[in-house]
Amino acid sequence: MIPLAEDVLAGQTRAIARAISRVENGHPDKEALIDALYPHGGTSLILGLTGPPGSGKSSLLDLLIDKERSAGKSIAVIAVDPTSPFSGGAILGDRLRMQKHATDDHVFIRSMASRGHLGGVAGATSDAIKVLDAAGFDIIIIETIGVGQTEIDIVELSDIVMLVLVPGLGDEIQALKAGVMEIGDIFIVNKSDRDDADKVKAHIEYVLNFKYMEKPDQKNPIVMTSAVKQDGINTLRDTIQTYYQTILNNGMLEQKRKQRIKAEIKNLITAKIKSKVEAFLHDQGSIEAMVDGLYEKKRSPYAIINEKLNRFLQEKQSI
Amino acid sequence: MKQKLRILISKPGLDGHDRGAKYIARALKDAGYEVIYTGIRQSPEAIAKTAIQEDVDFVGLSLLSGAHNELFPEVVRTIREAGGNNIVIFGGGVIPEDDIADLQKNGISAIFTTGTPVQTVIDFIENQREQISH
Ligand SMILES: Nc1nc2c(ncn2[C@@H]2O[C@H](COP(=O)(O)OP(=O)(O)OP(=O)(O)O)[C@@H](O)[C@H]2O)c(=O)[nH]1
Ligand SMILES: [Mg+2]
Repeated sequence: MIPLAEDVLAGQTRAIARAISRVENGHPDKEALIDALYPHGGTSLILGLTGPPGSGKSSLLDLLIDKERSAGKSIAVIAVDPTSPFSGGAILGDRLRMQKHATDDHVFIRSMASRGHLGGVAGATSDAIKVLDAAGFDIIIIETIGVGQTEIDIVELSDIVMLVLVPGLGDEIQALKAGVMEIGDIFIVNKSDRDDADKVKAHIEYVLNFKYMEKPDQKNPIVMTSAVKQDGINTLRDTIQTYYQTILNNGMLEQKRKQRIKAEIKNLITAKIKSKVEAFLHDQGSIEAMVDGLYEKKRSPYAIINEKLNRFLQEKQSI
Repeated sequence: MKQKLRILISKPGLDGHDRGAKYIARALKDAGYEVIYTGIRQSPEAIAKTAIQEDVDFVGLSLLSGAHNELFPEVVRTIREAGGNNIVIFGGGVIPEDDIADLQKNGISAIFTTGTPVQTVIDFIENQREQISH
């Protein structure tokens, strides 16, 4: 086994951090590392925390860490922030709100830039979770970019998704209609210290009542919290525990995890083939020849594409 | 593709003026780096552990309170003890010329006094790029 993997399994902070960097940077050892770690995972509870920008995700996370630490759990956080499409740089600011946990050896916080990946997380998030899972953290929490409605990736990555909503988002109903509601297992109405928090809760209840008219026992839990007043955090923790027990017992957790594996197989295979095809197409300007052939109408699109594809398949006998 | 460099910007000590630190954080983001900002009043231990967890290549310390002669070397020591042997550490803020040589002897690779153009900091970072490996 590569030495770094052994150190990760031993729970060494520096090794865990380094392994995540290797995953992020596509280091030559990345695949061997993940393959070595993977069999040791599967023990962490993976929570996703998503919601609009500024809704209080990091503040809630900070308080949730307090509670889990009091209960003796170890916690890893991956906090994703967007990479600027202009400079390629990023300010990773979520950590700021959790910094009081920096000296706690049972809390590991890693900020991650999206590096162009869409969907609210980074391309490397899923492998980073595998590293943390193998390192043996009880709970792994992923804070997504607060982008509103497109953080669908988090559903595939986590066992339980918590969606944070707040009063004053403007047209609540609009937000609820747009499919955001589909991605939450647990709904959190944060900033309950503000006016209209009750209205947000009522809106969510209204939508859920519709959705679960036939099976009201399956309605998602809604928790009211205030991170500034530290209200509702115990209830939030209890709700997560109860939800976890439920999905563990009714088979939903297993189903979700298998679904995640399936999605990942598809993603990885597609991504690998895509990069091979890209390289093949640009090899010795061969795509340019195709462009010219089509532009001058000497060739027809499907004929030339199938011909090319066949040549690709013949030449690439293995990866 | 060039390796993405990660930089931790942190404020040790007791002064609460973080305009300078935030300014440099934003400027480094605009220069294409991934910047983690810890906020004010960080202990050397918190800075060191953050640097290790975030696996940063650089740590930039900002201090206006005048305690740099004690705090900067202590942060360097704590980071090295935590295993961050290759992390390049630089400092900025209100720092008298006379103190710079001693700080450099104590492991602070560069000092950027108030008013240093951001480009100078970027040039410094780029010059270190070669030594950084993952
Ligand atoms: N009134 C009130 N303000 C809150 C509450 N929770 C968070 N805030 C404030 O909302 C702002 C954003 O909080 P964050 O925790 O950074 O929110 P976030 O969702 O992590 O933000 P991004 O990561 O930038 O999307 C801060 O100024 C918090 O102090 C709350 O319960 N009530
Ligand atoms: Mg946040």
